Amino acid sequence: MNPFLAQQVQPVDAPGIDWGAILPMVIVFGAACVGVLIEAFVPKHQRWSGQVVLTLGSIAAAGIALGAYVSGRPEHGVVTMGTTLSIDTPALFLWGTLLALSVAAVLMIADRSVEPGGSFVAQAGIAPGTVQDRAQVQSTGMQTEVFPLALFALGGMMAFTAANDLLTMFIALEVLSLPLYLMCGLARRRRLLSQEAAVKYFLLGAFASAFFLYGLALLYGYAGSVKLADIATASAGTDRSDTLLFAGLGLLMVGLLFKGSVGPFHTWTPDVYQGAPTPVTGFMAACTKVAAFGGILRVLTVAFEATSWEWRGVLWAVAIISMAIGAVLGLTQTDLKRMIAYSSIAHAGFLLIGTMALTDEGLSGTLFYLLAYGFTTLAAFGVISLVRDSSGEATHLSAWAGLAKRSPLLAGVFTFLLLALAGIPLTSGFVGKFVVFSAALSDGMAPLVVIALVFSAVAAFFYLRVVVLMYFSEPASDGPTVSVPGAFTTASIALGVIVTLLLGVLPTFALDWAGAGGFALGG
Amino acid sequence: MTWLLALILLPLLGAVAVAFLRRDDRLAVMTAFAVSIVELVLILPLWLSYDPGGDRLQQVSSLEWIPAFGVHISFGIDGIALLMIAVIALLVPVVIALLRSTDKLPEGKDVGGLLSLILVQQSLTIAVFAATDVFLFYVLFEIMLIPMYFLIGGYGGPRRQYAAVKFFLYSFLGGLIMLASAIGAYSLAADELGEGTFDWATLVQVVSEAPLETQIWLFLGFFLAFAIKAPLVPFHTWLPDAASQAPVGVTVLLVGVLDKVGTFGFLRYSLPMTPDASAELAPFVLVLAVVGVIYGSMLAAGQTDMRRFVAYVSIAHFGFIALGIFAFTQQAVAGSATYMLNHSLATGMLILVLGIVAARGGHTRIDAYGGMAKVTPVLAAMLLIAGLSALSLPGTNSFISEFLVLLGAFDTRPAYAVVATVGMVLAAAYVLWLYQRIMTGPVRGDAMLAAAPGPGTVQAPEMGARKTIRDLGGREIAALAPLVVLIIGLGFYPKPVLDTVNPSVEQTITAVQER
Repeated sequence: MNPFLAQQVQPVDAPGIDWGAILPMVIVFGAACVGVLIEAFVPKHQRWSGQVVLTLGSIAAAGIALGAYVSGRPEHGVVTMGTTLSIDTPALFLWGTLLALSVAAVLMIADRSVEPGGSFVAQAGIAPGTVQDRAQVQSTGMQTEVFPLALFALGGMMAFTAANDLLTMFIALEVLSLPLYLMCGLARRRRLLSQEAAVKYFLLGAFASAFFLYGLALLYGYAGSVKLADIATASAGTDRSDTLLFAGLGLLMVGLLFKGSVGPFHTWTPDVYQGAPTPVTGFMAACTKVAAFGGILRVLTVAFEATSWEWRGVLWAVAIISMAIGAVLGLTQTDLKRMIAYSSIAHAGFLLIGTMALTDEGLSGTLFYLLAYGFTTLAAFGVISLVRDSSGEATHLSAWAGLAKRSPLLAGVFTFLLLALAGIPLTSGFVGKFVVFSAALSDGMAPLVVIALVFSAVAAFFYLRVVVLMYFSEPASDGPTVSVPGAFTTASIALGVIVTLLLGVLPTFALDWAGAGGFALGG
Repeated sequence: MTWLLALILLPLLGAVAVAFLRRDDRLAVMTAFAVSIVELVLILPLWLSYDPGGDRLQQVSSLEWIPAFGVHISFGIDGIALLMIAVIALLVPVVIALLRSTDKLPEGKDVGGLLSLILVQQSLTIAVFAATDVFLFYVLFEIMLIPMYFLIGGYGGPRRQYAAVKFFLYSFLGGLIMLASAIGAYSLAADELGEGTFDWATLVQVVSEAPLETQIWLFLGFFLAFAIKAPLVPFHTWLPDAASQAPVGVTVLLVGVLDKVGTFGFLRYSLPMTPDASAELAPFVLVLAVVGVIYGSMLAAGQTDMRRFVAYVSIAHFGFIALGIFAFTQQAVAGSATYMLNHSLATGMLILVLGIVAARGGHTRIDAYGGMAKVTPVLAAMLLIAGLSALSLPGTNSFISEFLVLLGAFDTRPAYAVVATVGMVLAAAYVLWLYQRIMTGPVRGDAMLAAAPGPGTVQAPEMGARKTIRDLGGREIAALAPLVVLIIGLGFYPKPVLDTVNPSVEQTITAVQER
């Protein structure tokens, strides 16, 4: 008998599973599967309500499960499902952030009052520009698959931030990406733009995944394992080929930075943010960024801390490029969604600074920043979805002129959110910048911090430009109308604004959570 | 609750009330004025309870804010802060009383919104002078920009958007660089004490012992923010735009008080926290200061627009103040500290009177006027008083301050003092020339005369019919009277002010004098 067959005779131990720890993720994935069944078996007119209840309910249940687990969690985290998932404090914080953000995002996705029937296409299969397409714009149906897709993406993100080895991370990356590609193409109006966004995102995303996979392969060649901890052990004082290690790390980071829309790997961001249905854009801008940076934090801290001197210079350059691209190109944009997209690229640069610090302060600062930024940007997209003209959302800057005269409340809220994005004190954006920059400063990155501060000031200009337009310009005669938002969008925006204010004025509790513990290094 | 907290909170409450009452213009103005008068009255107990010989900081109150970074909401005043708080409490009611005479709001804007923002601005400005936590100071320093941004951008002249954005971005950038220094000081304290803090007194202790190189970096961060705020040449270019586009009343507060945060920052933060760096870099700052004096004076003389004229006059005066501060002698710094008050009174009045002139005549160009004294003698007298105070004539309040600055600077920095003295001469020239052009001679100019006769006929300009221009009314005289009284009163009897600031000045410069 050949040895291969002989091996199979030995009993295979099922890996131990800590159900309590992974319950939130299981709930989300389970609900996503149920959502697919609802699509298959429930009559069309009941699907929307069924999906909304299921989605929000499952997120709430996952939140409760998370809350119940957090209070009694082991101090240094737990590695479960074999060694594939590491449920440590940062992972739990990121899960909480993702769940909270997705509540707000799902509320926006579910809204059917701003745009009759919701922002999503009635039937995705209709070719744009045809008679049927014009008919579907008027109809009130909607492709309710978007709810299970969002749940799958959310589950993927949760797995991504907790992945303890690169293979799990890659699978989670695909699980979170594929639904997002689809969701981008589901806009009810401007179908061509939406589909273009989906294709662009898919093609570039596939490239990025390939980079990630190639990097993974090289690292496996280097360390003989895909586990993050093994890579760390292997890189700490061996005579193995550094080429494999750094080529692998570089390719891996390209894939991760792409997901975090960090320049110069950002090229998809403006197009996709602009083309995707606005609630999906909000979901992507907030949650994907959280997941991506959660992953980057984990990879860098757990696997590559020992070699930080070698790669830090490169990430310096990447951070500077990202801030420069975001801040400078943001100035030239005339479309609000694109502008916020460039703003997100600049913010990615700021986040990367905190990520690089690899200290406790850097970790907690970045986690806090992610939470703060997610809510602010989500609420900003919520506001953008309210300003509409006859062809849908009026995202061109000129349409926003003089908006404060007609709807002072909306202009006030949006101004507040823009100030938060600019990092003005008493908003969460400021506290986020503060914690990240102070971590970087105490880790000896003073020049980078000064550069970041200068780019903050540059970026402030384009936020201010919108404020100027809204308050100090004369309204256009055929300007857009501001929809009265339904309960869902109102709740979503209110949540974002309240969190932005609360984290700006009383950040202590969130800072304490974010700083409650580091990554589980072992396993 | 201390008097100080009451002074910070009252205008905020007033602002809310005014915002709700803004449908009725009259009621809004009355409420805002009443609030500002109560605020002014509250200065009395604050001033009386301040003991110049007592603790460095008085009226202290503190509340924990973000324990993770050792951030507190803590307030307290020294003599210098007290002066600045008093002067804003004085200027706001004057500005509100004169609002109708100085400003015509852009169409569709209500006066309630303007007043509400002014009250918010007052509260924040008092708070920024009173903050004794560096983090809180930074937060207020930036937050303070927002109401001013809307005041300029919403209620100002034709190029208000440009001016508002320029103002905001300059100050915001300065603030951010200052933040880097504040964080640097914080991590220094964290290394030194094991626990980070933003408490001003603690940071002064820790940072002033740091090595020179560290101090220089921290100094530069704070310096940039303050040099933009105070405007020192070459960081001044936002001021002429902001000052010429903002409503007149707002310009008074901007130039009169807000910009003093910069010079106040030198005194409160730069000198005590980074004494070695201050001493090391003083020559550079002095060069900027003296350049500012000369440059501001020359450009003021060359201006054709009244509002820009005042902006450049202020730039020259800020040069003087900076000169005094970085001369590091008791006399010079005391001179600068009182100059901060006296400049507010003199320039505030100058801006208001020129604002009334421009509102009556309908032009801000200086050459649109001539011989106005014949038509409006009281207004001319007011302009003369403000002008003489601005040029530091002996017997007006500014003279004592400018004299002390030069005297004190002459001890340690004679060369700079001599150059700055040229600025005094120039000041006499530009102020008197302005007065001459507007007020004396035959009645002439677009603002004074009705439309010129048709083209082709050559006629002397004074041939046109005079427009009717009202002189100052009783209300306007009453509103300006407190300023006149203080300008002349402090000119002859500056002792109460000097007594108030002297101990604080001494404590401010002891560290830097030892180097």
